[in-house]
Amino acid sequence: MCLRLAGEWYLRHGLPDLDDVRGAFDAGGVKRISFATADVAGWDSALVTFARQVAHLAAENGAGVDLGGLPEGARHLLELAEAVPERSGARASEERKPLLVRLGESAIEARAGAVEMLSFVGEVTVAFGRFLRGKARFRAVDLGLMLQHCGADALPIVTLISLLVGLILAFVGAVQLEQFGAAVYVADLVGIAMTREMGAMMTAIVMAGRTGAAFAAQLGSMKVNQEIDALRTMGISPLEYLVLPRMLALCVMMPLLCIYADLVGILGGAAIGVGMLDVAPAIYLQHTVEAVSYTDLFGGIFKASVYGVLVALSGCLRGMQSGDSASAVGDATTAAVVTAIVLVICASGLFAVVFYILGI
Amino acid sequence: MESAQPAASTAENEHLRVSNLTMAYGSFVLQRDLEFTVDRGDIFIIMGGSGCGKSTLLRHMIGLKEPAKGEVFYEGESFTAASDERRNEILRGVGVTYQTGGLWSSMTLAENVGVPLGEYTDLTADEIREVAALKLALVGLRGFEEYYPSQISGGMQKRAGLARAIALDPKVLFFDEPSAGLDPISSHLLDELILQLRDNLGATVLIVTHELASIFAIGNNSVFLDAKSRTMIARGDPKYLKDHAENPEVRKFLNRGG
Repeated sequence: MCLRLAGEWYLRHGLPDLDDVRGAFDAGGVKRISFATADVAGWDSALVTFARQVAHLAAENGAGVDLGGLPEGARHLLELAEAVPERSGARASEERKPLLVRLGESAIEARAGAVEMLSFVGEVTVAFGRFLRGKARFRAVDLGLMLQHCGADALPIVTLISLLVGLILAFVGAVQLEQFGAAVYVADLVGIAMTREMGAMMTAIVMAGRTGAAFAAQLGSMKVNQEIDALRTMGISPLEYLVLPRMLALCVMMPLLCIYADLVGILGGAAIGVGMLDVAPAIYLQHTVEAVSYTDLFGGIFKASVYGVLVALSGCLRGMQSGDSASAVGDATTAAVVTAIVLVICASGLFAVVFYILGI
Repeated sequence: MESAQPAASTAENEHLRVSNLTMAYGSFVLQRDLEFTVDRGDIFIIMGGSGCGKSTLLRHMIGLKEPAKGEVFYEGESFTAASDERRNEILRGVGVTYQTGGLWSSMTLAENVGVPLGEYTDLTADEIREVAALKLALVGLRGFEEYYPSQISGGMQKRAGLARAIALDPKVLFFDEPSAGLDPISSHLLDELILQLRDNLGATVLIVTHELASIFAIGNNSVFLDAKSRTMIARGDPKYLKDHAENPEVRKFLNRGG
């Protein structure tokens, strides 16, 4: 059988379908296939691809192929493509594993992940112990930079978020409390909510998205760039040199940011109380001071410290676990934020229960 | 397996030895039964096709990976069996330059070179600056002390990495693909620099590379890792192996497939 091809064979015109050729093979009797291309006006890879498909069809049907009729360039390209035999096993097999196998595998993975996290916590604790004994090695300038990054640089976003949270709390409270003519208790509501819960929580979430992600991205790209290898071979522990200043900075700054967030949140509440509900500023202040106990305040600050540890740990852990490619750094960053937020919310739930039992 | 030229090394001039080393990722064996000796003052080439485990071998030799089996010896002492502290002491006499440069991106070049000096010497900050400037000058980076790694070209990053590797006057220098991504002239200059440093520091040099020009220009001993058989299939002087290697794969590699 001879395939007579004509016209322009360019990829931009698409590829012809093979049904006619396949039909001819199915009808049987085709022993040999050849090409006549005298009428082809122009060609590119479209022609080569088509010829290759025909050749493969022919091979499947046990027919011979004569490439002699193809333009010389196309013939050479085709020969080049067939020159190296397909490596067996090179094609990735997309074998779908049974549900139980996948379940088992992810259970094993989860266990390995938990072990890895625990040993990381252990290593960080050891590094922290060395720091307390004054033996940890890192650059003071790094710690300074990190303090700035986790502290001063975070103020604008913490301001915005906690001001808005204060406003929202006041709004929600005002609608309900005004029905009882008890609008002034908005001060109590905002004060207690901010100091006990929201100040620490919102700061933690902002820092998870901002700083935890940055930690993971920094450490991950250092890994890609072999900077961590370079530290190791120099006998410098990356945990002390890179992780410790980041952990320290965030743990120092979180309580301070939390106090700041409490204040700004209360200010936000006051804006609604004074501006919309016509509570006198002095009365608002007095109510706030009376409502908020030291237990609320220090409980919140304590929570913030714990959240700080969790956010810094997640960021550094995911960063150090990162793979050696650009996409792995992206994955590490995402994982850092997810881990941090999950841990913070779980810890917050745990605190609620424990504080309730202790009657705080 | 064959052993060609230089004469069998004696215990005195043996510097590094890899003994019966098997490297594996989990259950996947990358290379097995590696066995070779590097003499003092050698420029030793670890060569082989892409993906055969050259860089991984280097990582095993500096403790970034643990062998599945076998040992690495530094001056007759087992590095593999050594404690972490002892390993760090041994590594203090070792300089490594990485494929990607591995310079600490948050530090200037002078600070990069200064880190090992600050860690392991009692020099004052001023003295460290002086020594760092000298090391940078040695690799042709005079005046670049205050640049950050991202502000200089790839070839310069490689050289800055070298300056950091030689900060503590190491006895052994490892290079991971030093000329990858360099133009022929920079690559040649780097070869010259490696020779100079070997001669003047008296160091032993190990280079992972597949650049034939470099292999013949500076290598005097080598090991050839094969991806298919997962072990080494030749060792000896590459110039000798070029024509006399028993294994045709090695001759083919060293003659650019010709």
